[in-house]
Amino acid sequence: MSHHKLEFKNVHFTYPDGNKAINDVSFCIRHGESVGIIGANGAGKSTLLMLMMGIVFACQGEILVGDIHVTKKTLPMIRQRLGMVFQNPDDQLFMTTVYDDVAFGPRNYKMDEEDVVKKVNYALEVVGISHLKDRAPFKLSGGEKRSVSIATVLSMQPDILIMDEPTSSLDPKSRRKVINLLKSFEHTKVITSHDLDMVYEVCNRVIVLKDGRIMSDGSAGEILTNGGLLEECGLEIPLSLKSCPRCGSTIGRVQE
Amino acid sequence: MHMADALISPAVGGTMLAATAGVAAYSVKKIQNDIDEKKIPLMGVMGAFVFAAQMINFSIAGTGSSGHLAGGMLLAVILGPYAGFLTMASVLFIQALFFADGGLLAFGCNVFNLGFYTCFIVYPLIYKRLMLKGINSGRIFGASVISSIVGLQLGAFSVVLETLLSGKTELPFSAFLMLMLPIHLAIGIVEGLITSAVVVFVWKARPEIIEASYNEKETIKRYSAEQENIGTYSPGKSCGNVPIKKVLVSLIIATIIIGGVLSWFASSNPDGLEWSILKVTGRMELETSNNESDTSSEIHDILSKIQEKTAFLPDYEFKADDSVMEKSGEVPVEEEAWPAVSPETSVSGIAGGALTLALCVFIGLIIGFVKKKKMREAA
Amino acid sequence: MPDLMNSLYNLRLLDGLARKETPVHRMHPLVKVLVTLIFLVFVISFDRYEVIRLMPFFLYPVIIFMLSDIPAIPFLKRIVIAMPFVIGIGILNPLFDKQTLVISGVAVSGGWVSFFSILIKSVLTIAAGILLIATTGMDKIAAALRMLKIPKIFVLQLLLTYRYISILIEEVARTVRAYSLRAPMQKGIQRSAWGSLVGQLLIRTYDRGQRVYQAMCLRGFTGEYNTGNYARLKTGDYVHLLCWTLFFVIAKIYNIPLLIESMLKGVIR
Repeated sequence: MSHHKLEFKNVHFTYPDGNKAINDVSFCIRHGESVGIIGANGAGKSTLLMLMMGIVFACQGEILVGDIHVTKKTLPMIRQRLGMVFQNPDDQLFMTTVYDDVAFGPRNYKMDEEDVVKKVNYALEVVGISHLKDRAPFKLSGGEKRSVSIATVLSMQPDILIMDEPTSSLDPKSRRKVINLLKSFEHTKVITSHDLDMVYEVCNRVIVLKDGRIMSDGSAGEILTNGGLLEECGLEIPLSLKSCPRCGSTIGRVQE
Repeated sequence: MHMADALISPAVGGTMLAATAGVAAYSVKKIQNDIDEKKIPLMGVMGAFVFAAQMINFSIAGTGSSGHLAGGMLLAVILGPYAGFLTMASVLFIQALFFADGGLLAFGCNVFNLGFYTCFIVYPLIYKRLMLKGINSGRIFGASVISSIVGLQLGAFSVVLETLLSGKTELPFSAFLMLMLPIHLAIGIVEGLITSAVVVFVWKARPEIIEASYNEKETIKRYSAEQENIGTYSPGKSCGNVPIKKVLVSLIIATIIIGGVLSWFASSNPDGLEWSILKVTGRMELETSNNESDTSSEIHDILSKIQEKTAFLPDYEFKADDSVMEKSGEVPVEEEAWPAVSPETSVSGIAGGALTLALCVFIGLIIGFVKKKKMREAA
Repeated sequence: MPDLMNSLYNLRLLDGLARKETPVHRMHPLVKVLVTLIFLVFVISFDRYEVIRLMPFFLYPVIIFMLSDIPAIPFLKRIVIAMPFVIGIGILNPLFDKQTLVISGVAVSGGWVSFFSILIKSVLTIAAGILLIATTGMDKIAAALRMLKIPKIFVLQLLLTYRYISILIEEVARTVRAYSLRAPMQKGIQRSAWGSLVGQLLIRTYDRGQRVYQAMCLRGFTGEYNTGNYARLKTGDYVHLLCWTLFFVIAKIYNIPLLIESMLKGVIR
């Protein structure tokens, strides 16, 4: 199904202040894949997401969602296919009740109110927060806010879910909840994160960025156990893949 | 600075509400046609920002006291006059509703006093003009201080006018002015200093924020290069002719209607209005309220005529003559005597007044009792 | 800063109160708004010397208060807090109005009567406002505004302002707290920091505004604000509106206290 494809072809991007954030990036994400994009701060992860959503446009190269190029004209269609969850939920929850926030997307696409109600209830149920329907956002905990942000995107029923640091600043329980939620989604997923343990659990493919270039693109198991590569890119092996501090045994394969 | 409901009359409140509504409608149209909707969330967060920033204590060296930011000028500079006005309106709305800071009927007055003069008079005529030659710290400083002072003086003057035209206070015009203007001069200076400090800082750190509204059309072209997405797919919105005439005409009509209807409620004691007018026209008849009912006063006649025509319950008349009883009805209706309250009314009313109040409380207590009983039964 | 935290607390309290379930809360918001406005108009339409005929108007806030389950002390506290400016202007009335009235054989200054009138009007108007928001909540007020044909863009902007106030208050509070921890001797922000402290906050707020705008666009926002359907007015709502309006009109036209007194006198005789 080609419309679930996300493709970057030789993309370059420079910010107005001269910072070359993306330097010749190419990859193709196919339907059903769960891709983690990792890298040090400043490596270009967020910029990559912005290029996907059409918040900024590439200086060179092409970006395709399905078979459609990402341009100003095609933005409405692109944004119906891609749903992005921001890093800071407060930026994404801007209505005064959870219900209105989740309904915001469907309402903008001019659906009938009954359809809107169905979509909202569906999204709330999937995320498991139906009981928060009429809450005000300032009354939510961090984990609840994160769940609501995910719901606000799900109600538009996108094909591809894009998430910027979904587990940042969450307490362990909320984090676990989000991880389980992500694992249950069948959408194509693109996730940026510093939480490499989460990436290992949720993603089957990992792309490593450094200074705007792709250093490596392969299976999660291979890359996340590659200590040398990770060190070079300003990262390190996730805790769950390191050798046990007590007995020294390792869980995954360690390539030295 | 925020006016309370108790100090205004329905006519003044209604007129200012209509005026504010007209300006707001015009601003909304302007935003829809000329400026893209990027502004709306920006307006929202800026409103929240001004609301929070108003509570910061800015200590003024040497005086041991602190000043505060009102924010009107700042909003106009960052958002432009139209968005700035609407944002100020929403800040004041929340203050009035949630913090009882300013009355609900006085909302129109407050928005006008604190928003209109800064955004639509001071900003275009003073601030922008001073910035025509280019932006630099010195100009920002001068423009901010002068604009804030003038804006606040206009606002204060407006408050005085509105209060006097409402006729609820005894404060004479000149005394009130003497009270308000100097205080607001000081407030204006502080506001100007704070505003200029902030604008200078922001301009040095992120010039595009300041320049965006300063030179709206040009900046939109410059910064909407491919790099910065406007974020929206605007299907050819027409940069239209804002139908100013239409808005103005409806504003005038609304004011007349509202003013006319509400003049039915107009105080039969319009001496505040009359006093100011007398003073202005030089026919000095000192308002000592010791005058006998002066039914021959022209202005009062005109007002009663208006009231007669618009009153929809013709039996009840706002007559100054306290010997007139209404033509129908079995119950004795006490008229408003003007200007003096007739002693008979005052004497006999008091007991009744106390009784009425007691009755209200009593009804309330009964409700409370019934409620508690229901709760106990349900438990 | 205490002011900031108090405001936050106030907003949270009002939000909590607005979510209660009482007959008043269940009423249609448009009716509540209209009744409140009509009440306000009638109250302030009385002339400056009127005290006694304002008494029947206490019935409205008393009934709404009792039916709405609002805690008494915070309610009264808020009324008191909102009074100072009005009192400040009103207290000058006795100074300027030296006319004497004879009430029950006692000569009272007209100025005091008008001051008292202002006081009563203040209490009534402020109470009505607080009761409105404590039983309605911002969302429903916004719905009522839309029903009154207030432009959607303004209502959306209003909702956004309200939504982000608590975030901004917290941000300002954090910043000011951090400042005061490093400037223990100072009472407020000193002049050299005015620009940078507030300026940074402004820039951060501006950036947040951009991000919110992006979030809105990514969910299809094109400048129009679509709301759900709002609840329709039922007969009960119309009846309620009519009854209160009728009561206010009667209370304005007829001197109810005098009626009550003369009835009592008649009974006694």
